[in-house]
Parts: sequence; structure tokens; C-alpha cells
Amino acid sequence: MANPLLKIEDLHAAVQGKEILRGIDLAVGAGEVHAIMGPNGSGKSTLAGVLAGRDSYAVTAGRVTYAGQDLLEMAPEDRASAGVFLAFQYPVEIPGVGNLYFLRAALNAQRRQRGEEELDAADFLQLAKKRMRLLEMDDTLTRRAVNEGFSGGEKKRNEIFQMAMLEPKLAILDETDSGLDIDALKIVAQGVNALRDAQRAMLVITHYQRLLNYIVPDYVHVLSAGRIVKSGGKELALELEEKGYGWLEPEAAAV
Amino acid sequence: MSAATLTAPPAPAVYTVPDAAYERAFAAIAARAGEPAVLRQLRRSAFAQLQQRGFPTSKHEEYRQTNLAAVLQRSAFALPERPGAATLREAERAAQPGAAFGGPQLTFVDGHFTPELSRLNSLPAGVRAGGLLSANDAGDDRLARLGELADIGGENTLAAFNTAFFGDGAWVEIAPGAQVDAQIEIVHLATGGAGVPTMAHPRQLILAGRGSRAKVVETYLSLNGAAHLTNAVTEIFVAENAELEHARLQQENTAACHISAVHSRQAADSRLRLHALTFGGALTRNDVVTVLNGPGAEALLNGLYVAEGRQHVDNHTVLDHAEPRGASREYYRGILDGQATTAFRGRILVRPDAQHTDAVQSDKNLLLSSDCTANADPQLEIRADDVRCTHGATFGQIDEEALFYLRSRGVGAEMARHLLIFAFAAEALGRLNPSPLRTRLETELFSRWTGLTPPEGAEASGG
Ligand SMILES: Nc1ncnc2c1ncn2[C@@H]1O[C@H](COP(=O)(O)OP(=O)(O)O)[C@@H](O)[C@H]1O
Ligand SMILES: [Mg+2]
Repeated sequence: MANPLLKIEDLHAAVQGKEILRGIDLAVGAGEVHAIMGPNGSGKSTLAGVLAGRDSYAVTAGRVTYAGQDLLEMAPEDRASAGVFLAFQYPVEIPGVGNLYFLRAALNAQRRQRGEEELDAADFLQLAKKRMRLLEMDDTLTRRAVNEGFSGGEKKRNEIFQMAMLEPKLAILDETDSGLDIDALKIVAQGVNALRDAQRAMLVITHYQRLLNYIVPDYVHVLSAGRIVKSGGKELALELEEKGYGWLEPEAAAV
Repeated sequence: MSAATLTAPPAPAVYTVPDAAYERAFAAIAARAGEPAVLRQLRRSAFAQLQQRGFPTSKHEEYRQTNLAAVLQRSAFALPERPGAATLREAERAAQPGAAFGGPQLTFVDGHFTPELSRLNSLPAGVRAGGLLSANDAGDDRLARLGELADIGGENTLAAFNTAFFGDGAWVEIAPGAQVDAQIEIVHLATGGAGVPTMAHPRQLILAGRGSRAKVVETYLSLNGAAHLTNAVTEIFVAENAELEHARLQQENTAACHISAVHSRQAADSRLRLHALTFGGALTRNDVVTVLNGPGAEALLNGLYVAEGRQHVDNHTVLDHAEPRGASREYYRGILDGQATTAFRGRILVRPDAQHTDAVQSDKNLLLSSDCTANADPQLEIRADDVRCTHGATFGQIDEEALFYLRSRGVGAEMARHLLIFAFAAEALGRLNPSPLRTRLETELFSRWTGLTPPEGAEASGG
């Protein structure tokens, strides 16, 4: 890959003095879907958070280049404008801020930042309706405050709805499958797949292989104790499903 | 035993006696021609009570956070005359927020009922309203009801202060069964006088008849930045199965001292929604005393206080569950910045007869600076055994995770912070029934923090 969209080199990150990411190397090209799998606590959300700009992590070594820019130098909102999107593992409830208002503010802030024209209320609403249909979202849901009183599944669906509205270049989905029943999972996967194209890259973080039946990745990486201990094609996910993560541990220790 | 405990310390001064200037001011009122005998008598006993006890100091248990005597004991608050033509013209513009709603409006300038700035010619069916003293409604016994809830004989000398000095008051009566959609506005405007701080003692009497439904809004404004004192008393009677929404909006200037008391009594199955919205004032003290006096009554106490600079806001509430199956919801929210100080004391009293009471109280404070101070003091007195009663108070900064969430979507850091401050307030505004007032406040607060015009409807807050 000559010029990957995202290039992570020897990334180390710590929380409260504890090193969580211990040397990650990963290159993601435009149009590719990479799955990151790994046991709980292996650092998947930490990686996602570092990429999106969560400031509770301290990057202690390494580099992240995104579209030729030093990603780690950018504020979270600038990363968003540049096309980075994180679907949160635990989406935040924000009572008092309307879902659609928030999305329009976000979308227009991004467009302004990129020097594009803002969407007016009518165009925005039209786009929102289209995307809501894609994710079979209820009108009553999007008119409420951001995630307020949403069920776990509704929150996850709302994340993908936001992604569909913001049309990022790099989408990071952190355990978007957890808390979804099989019907919701299919709808969400269908929404994600509809956004797959040659320009857009995706980092699909999941604990289970199940999601990858519906969002079929090009590559699968296994994260264990803060390192990528194995990479392969989509069949690696099936192998993990069968054998669990245990067989990778010695390999992790050997690195 | 040490010697120190043998002699009791001198009793701290819980009250201070009013200055002689008040005596002279009262003499002028007592000499006023044309007031009915019943009112003269009431005023005289009120002033006697005030003189005897005086103003509460911070030694008084109920005023520990707010030393009213220190403000009130000054020798001269002028009682302004009825406004002249020039003042009226200025006042007309200032009283516009209410006028813009287009519904019925009673306007008071420095406590004087001002028909020229009021709109009472096309009152909705079932509504009677006017100046408490000036309305010419033969056979009405409304004066006899004054002080029925705001007792002038007890500890509360501020009610006595108001009763002795009030110019005129607002009287709103909703006929039994009347369903009134229009928002009934009461606007109090202080002109600030020239040089000497002025005082006004607004008075409200609101009677919601059996099975009626109505909305009343009291708005307090200052014409300019001059210091003045407002000492308002509102008495609200809600008859069986009536539904009343009452909002008190304090937007006086930041030099003002604003004291208020809202007393309400609810009959069986009535629903009362009380909103206490405080934005102005150098020093504000609000008391709300709500008695759920019939089975199945429901009360909402919704408070929002926004204080910055050196503003001080003190909210005291009493929710008195006197009868069974009452439900009360009390939510107070404060947004503090600068060196602002606030206090909240919420007392919930569940009397022995009030079985199956369901009471919830919460006070949440958003602290935007490191120099502001918020206090909360919940007091539960539960004397019935089968009740549900919860309370809680929180003091916190902007939620970092919410801030990151907004920023991760592309909203700039500053805007994200402002949106979250607005959101905190919007939750309180969301408890007002949809109304022109709610829309106006959402607009004002949205712009206050974000500097932007909000989209139409409740889209900004998701309400
Ligand atoms: N804010 C935090 N404070 C302390 N420890 C944290 C924090 N966030 C994550 N960790 C720790 O970092 C490790 C990796 O967490 P995380 O990235 O959430 O893993 P995963 O998403 O793979 O389950 C865990 O041991 C977790 O306890
Ligand atoms: Mg995780």
C-alpha cells in the first residue's frame, strides 16, 4: 500500500500511567474494511478513542498518519471534519440537545470547516429522512434528545444513522453489534454495507464473529494485550469463533 | 463543666427592627384615602408585626445563606408615585416581552397597576382579572382572601412587609370549568427612580375554579440598571380538579434585590405546575410554599436559576403533603459562573394523613467556574408510613464524555460547551408546557450561550 488512508506506526498509549496500547502497527487503505477482534480489555476501545481524539489517553510513542496529516495533532472536531467518525461503544445521552439539531449543527460545522456550503433545514431534513429509511429509524426517535432514554439497540442504530448522515472517509465502529438482536444487527449491517465504497475505509471492532457474517471484512486483526498478534483474511474470524482467543495468548507473550 | 457554659451567650439578633424611614413611609400609606376598612386594618396589623419583629438576619435559621436585614435595614427605599407620561412611554417598550404574546396582560409599574399598558378588554371566557384594589367588581370578597396563605402573623415578616406596603396587586380568577388557552400575563416593571433606590411590593391573588385549566405568567423586569427592591407575594388557590400552570420569571437587572414568596393551596385531584425561573437580581430570595390539601393533588415545582458575576440566588421551598395520594415532583437546576453563590433548601413534609404520597426532589447544579458556590439542603419530614419519597442533589462540571461526543461529530469545542450549558437549562424549560413563554426562553437562552438563533420549534432541545 503506497499511500494508505490511515497509517498507525508503533502506537503506544497509556491511561493513568498504565500502558494499554503497546506498539500497534496498522495500515488501512481507502475502500478497505478491517476488523479488529480481541478479548475484553485488550485495548480495542482505547485504540478507537486515540484515533478519534479522546483526551483521557496519553499517547506515549508512535505516529498516526491520516490522509497525509498527523492525526494525533488534530482536535477531535478537526478529525471529524477531515472524515474520521467513531461509532461509540457506549453512546452518550445528552438530554436537552435535540438529535436532529445536533446532527445538523455537526454536519454544517464540518461543511464550514471544509469550505463547503451549509445545508439548509429543508435539504437537511430530506437527507435525514432518506437515511432514517435506510436504518428503519422511527421519526419519534430522531426528534428526541440525543440518545435520551434510547434502548441499547436504539443507541447503536443512532450511531450508524449519524454515520450515514456525516458520510465519513474513515468509520470506526466500536462494538456496534453488542446489544443488538439479530434483526437489528441485520439492519445496522445493511446500513453499514450501503456506505461501503471505494473511497471509504472502515475499522470494525468487535468481540464476536457474528457481525462479520453481515459486514464481511477484507482483513481481520487480533488485538491482545495492546498488540496486534495476528492478522489474516476473513477466515481468521471463523477460526477465532471456533477456537476462542486462548490459542493466541502464547503468541502474544512471545512477541 | 466549664465556666463558659454557665452563662448563656447573648441571643444573636435573629431580626432587626426596621428603620424609622419605613414608619414615615407607612404613615403615608395609612393616610391614603379610599382604601376599604378591611384592607386598612390588614395593613396596620402587618406593619405592627413588621415593627415588632423586624427583618430576618443571617442568624435566622431560614435565612442563614441570605442576610436580608443587611439589605432591607437601609434607611431609604423610596416608594415611587404612579408613573408620569414620560415614564409610561419608556415602560411601554420595556413591558413588550409580555405584550408580544398578545394575550391578556396586567402591567404594573413600580407596583402601581397601569391600565394604559395592560390588555384586559378582551379577556377569554371564564377569566376575570384586574387590579386587586382598583377592579370594580361589586360583591367580590377577594380582599378577604388576602393573607389566607401568606400569613402576616408568623415568622415571615416579609409577607407582612408586602402587605403593609403593596400599591396594588393582580387579581386573576378562573371560573369553574373554564378552559383557557391564552397565557395570562402579569408584568411588573421597576423604573429604578432617580438616585434613591425604589421599592415595590407586587401582590398576586390567583383563584383557579373547580375543573378549570389556565396558565399565568408573572414577569419581573427593570427599566434600567438602577438598584431597586422587589418584595412580591403571590397567593394561589387551586380548586378541585383544576389545572393551573404558573411561571415566575425574574429578569430584573443585576443591581436589584428580589424577594418573592409563592403560596399555594390545592384541593383534591388538582394539578399545579409552578415554575421559578431566576435570571436577574444581585440578590434573590424565592420562597415557595405548596400545600397539597386534598387527596390526589399533584404539584410540580420546577426551578431554574442562572447566576454569574456576583449574583446570589436563594431558593427555599416547602412541599406540604397534607392529604393522601398526593404526588409532587420538584426539580431545581442551577447554572453558576463567576463568583455566583446559590442556596437551595427543599423541605418535604408528609403529614400523618398523607398516605401513599409520592414525592421526588432533586437539585442539580452546573458549576462553570471554580469560584462559584452552590449549596443544597434537602429536608424530609415524613410522618406517614406508606410513602415514596426520594431526594438528591448534584454539583458538577460540564460532562467531559458528552463534550467529547459532540466534538467527535465535528462540533467545535467552544460550541459544544455552550450547547451543553444550554442543554442543562433546556431540560428545565422542557418542563413548561409548550407556550409562547417557553419558546421565548428557549430562544433567549440558546442565544445567550451559543450566540446563535435557534431553529424553529423545540428542535434544538429535542422537546
Ligand atoms: N479511563 C480508564 N481508566 C483506567 N483504565 C482504563 C480506562 N479505559 C480503559 N482502561 C483499561 O484499559 C484496558 C483496555 O480497555 P479497552 O480499550 O476498553 O478494552 P476493550 O475495548 O478491548 O475491551 C482495560 O484493562 C481497561 O480496564
Ligand atoms: Mg471496548
